[in-house]
Amino acid sequence: MSLFRFLKSRGSAPVARERLQILLSHERAAVGPRDLVAILRDELLATIKRHIDIDADKLTVKMDRASGFSTLEIDLEIPCDKVGRGAADRAAAA
Amino acid sequence: MSKVIVVTSGKGGVGKTTSTASIGAALAQTGQKVCVVDFDVGLRNLDLVLGAERRVVYDFINVAHGDAKLAQALIRDKRVDTLHLLAASQTRDKDALTDEGVERVIGELRQTFDYILCDSPAGIERGALLAMRFADEAIVVTNPEVSSVRDSDRIIGLLDSKTRRAEAGERIEKRLLLTRFDPARSSRGEMLSVADVLDILSIPLIGIVPEDQEILRASNVGAPITMNGSASPAARAYRDAARRLTGETIPIAIPDEKKTFFNRLFSRRAA
Repeated sequence: MSLFRFLKSRGSAPVARERLQILLSHERAAVGPRDLVAILRDELLATIKRHIDIDADKLTVKMDRASGFSTLEIDLEIPCDKVGRGAADRAAAA
Repeated sequence: MSKVIVVTSGKGGVGKTTSTASIGAALAQTGQKVCVVDFDVGLRNLDLVLGAERRVVYDFINVAHGDAKLAQALIRDKRVDTLHLLAASQTRDKDALTDEGVERVIGELRQTFDYILCDSPAGIERGALLAMRFADEAIVVTNPEVSSVRDSDRIIGLLDSKTRRAEAGERIEKRLLLTRFDPARSSRGEMLSVADVLDILSIPLIGIVPEDQEILRASNVGAPITMNGSASPAARAYRDAARRLTGETIPIAIPDEKKTFFNRLFSRRAA
């Protein structure tokens, strides 16, 4: 029985998966870079966290789109002891 | 500190109301003060799933318009006394809710409750946008089926752009609740796998709820599946999801996808 199933097609799920991947890549592009700010925020957070231990909720990333130009505003609150410790660690490493 | 969590999906019929009631009841049973709020104006059902349909006197819109006090409209569950319901209006127009009205009511709820679960209507219209507007976190309910996955992708985009937190440049945590999952069909390649859906939507999982006959029984009698100590697979999945919401780390067991006829034959021999 398993052999028959193996010889037959692999079922319809792979087709569903492929159709969705193609469709969503188009739809995401059509709606525009709406995820851009979220992506930037996640990557900024990951980068900063490698060096300073920060609270994820203290980082705000905003994008304002105007006709001629856009601005990206990144605001992060860092407790002063964290900065001091980060610098000390780096000094120790060097 | 209170948390506002929207339960949303885009597509209808995937289990938003069932999931709101089940997770709400499970959270309340751990002693947290929980309010479940129905945002589906004109098509309310959360009251019915919770068995409180005959106890609705005042609703969300009455409170938002100042015609009733919040305390008058809140319905306390008779079985779990930390669980409360704020029903939607069944007779009013869906445009009766405004941004300001919802913000004020949510603000008031925050002062009393640990968790506020907002049951979103289907679609991406006003009601759905208002349900997510003031949320801190989102549970995206998805079935392993193409139309549901597509609509969830759309909703994730809206969560990242139309919520207050997103507009303020803050992060809104979004987690996937995969419902009506059938491990056997998935293992035969007849249904999208957990990995497929996660790969496409790329948000973390909060739970996998298997297809379970107990769900229908629970809504028939108006008692969420997590309420009567049921040990059914769906009840366990919802209880675990509720604990993950409170920050506990419980590993997610992906229902066995490898139980093909061949494997079962083999494992039986081995045993």
